[in-house]
Amino acid sequence: MNLTDLGLGPARRALGRREFSARELTLAHLAAIEALNPRLNAFLLVTAEEALAAAEAADAALARGEGGPLAGIPLAIKDIFCTKGVRTTAASRILEPFVPPYESTVTANLRRDGAIFLGKTNLDEFAMGSSTTNSAYGSTENPWKRRQDPAARLVPGGSSGGSAAAVAARLAIGATGTDTGGSIRQPASFCGITGLKPTYGRCSRYGVIAFASSLDHPGPMARSVEDCAILLCSMAGHDSRDSTSVDVPVPDYAAACNKGIRGLRIGVPREYRVDGMPAEIEEMWRSGLAWLEDAGATVHDVSLPHTKYGLPTYYIVAPAEASSNLARYDGVRYGLRVPGEDLIDLYEETRGAGFGAEVKRRILIGTYVLSAGYYDAYYLKAQKIRALILRDFTDAFAEVDALLAPTAPSAAFAEGEKTEDPVTMYLNDVFTVPADLAGVPAISVPAGLDADGLPLGLQVIGRPFGEETMIAVAAQLERAASFTALPALRAGSPAI
Amino acid sequence: MPLDRSTIRRIARLARIRLEESEAERLRQELDGILAWVEMLNSVDVSEVAPMTGAITIGLKMRPDIVTDGGDADLVLGNAPERVGDFYTVPKVVE
Repeated sequence: MNLTDLGLGPARRALGRREFSARELTLAHLAAIEALNPRLNAFLLVTAEEALAAAEAADAALARGEGGPLAGIPLAIKDIFCTKGVRTTAASRILEPFVPPYESTVTANLRRDGAIFLGKTNLDEFAMGSSTTNSAYGSTENPWKRRQDPAARLVPGGSSGGSAAAVAARLAIGATGTDTGGSIRQPASFCGITGLKPTYGRCSRYGVIAFASSLDHPGPMARSVEDCAILLCSMAGHDSRDSTSVDVPVPDYAAACNKGIRGLRIGVPREYRVDGMPAEIEEMWRSGLAWLEDAGATVHDVSLPHTKYGLPTYYIVAPAEASSNLARYDGVRYGLRVPGEDLIDLYEETRGAGFGAEVKRRILIGTYVLSAGYYDAYYLKAQKIRALILRDFTDAFAEVDALLAPTAPSAAFAEGEKTEDPVTMYLNDVFTVPADLAGVPAISVPAGLDADGLPLGLQVIGRPFGEETMIAVAAQLERAASFTALPALRAGSPAI
Repeated sequence: MPLDRSTIRRIARLARIRLEESEAERLRQELDGILAWVEMLNSVDVSEVAPMTGAITIGLKMRPDIVTDGGDADLVLGNAPERVGDFYTVPKVVE
């Protein structure tokens, strides 16, 4: 038995029984990282010494019978969560020298519960992207390979692609991600793992480097629904340092896995049937609905009439917020500085050199749609359509308890594909963006393979703060799908 | 109306981003494409809709107006690209 194959639930039960130590579990993952990360580039920074020190503390706590719910569990942290004293870059040149003097609330909560941090994972710069190719520190490779074309280097999705690849390749038991337009769920789908975006306000954004504040959702990524549920229990909770953090109790999400779904009403949003969707994704969607019916749920056609406006709305709202949030990177107080003749020159040189192409694109769009004369036509209009998208969900949830849809319109694509123009890449997020705009929870579960042997995900979308019902449905899907396929590149695999 | 080069220059100036000549033309084309794509929003009637700023409708919480943190200039300045004493430094802006 390879220790890196264990899920979170089994690992913590075994740690509790002292079948192996947190140190052994951590060393197994560090060895896997050492073997595979030079190829995958899932981690931008490996914090082996800190991890082993934390493992020692976890072992001591476990020996006293005082281990927290995550005592000794090795996790990967997306490099957009500030970690005190540990470099945090958001995969940007502009934050290359940045060592946060404070800790994000989500990572502090995970540490409080005994988790061990293996290191910081790669992402699209400032979480802007769907491929993890927009990183200033090189792309991440998807550990899955096409059967017919194993040489092709596939993207892990994005922006949380480093976290997804690390969890899929068994370099970490679980990981943190952030989802602004699909950045947890789409990479989870591309890498054959589970990714959960909770309700907006459920997990604190304090210490998460801001992209689009009204859309940024921190959440867990792992290899099962139960593991995501366990992580969410630790990550969630009210935080006075985030004014949008909601003060509602954190239920036992893991218990929801066994709630069953008899009598639940599952909605099928008819607008998610888009032209050109691969037949195998349609097929998997139909299977998913049949599995839920077999378990006692009923399936109902619903309409989310403004679905097609989700993406263009998102590509006004998110860049607008980003252009404002990223104004802070000016070369004065922290991060990169490129000297200039005067102060304006210093700003322009620093930001011109420090930001990558996609970030510049979005800052410029955001600046444009917020500028005098265009604000009403673009930004205000988009905010109104956002209200209509939320209304679609509110109306649908008056009829059904949860929605089922594909997570992404395709399996993982190869690096260099979909780069001809930015809009082609943006279309990846067609099924994930609406839940971010509405702030409702959603979870992606691996449900099948395409003809190339690549994983495909289905997502369950829940009511606001309806994570427990959503998790119950996702757990049923997981049981029925019995997804056991493994990526070609993984700890201990013969391919390496 | 297609974006022209001077608009891109103006926006980049507002955003304080230095663009190379080749970069400016590429961005002009890309932004033009994106703005043409979002035009589809014009077909939606929003005359009766209030704008949505976020998914949270709760009001802001009150808290006591007291100091809870601070007084550690070295920690704050620890990431400063350049400093003199307890100050950030920038190029001279007044003659």
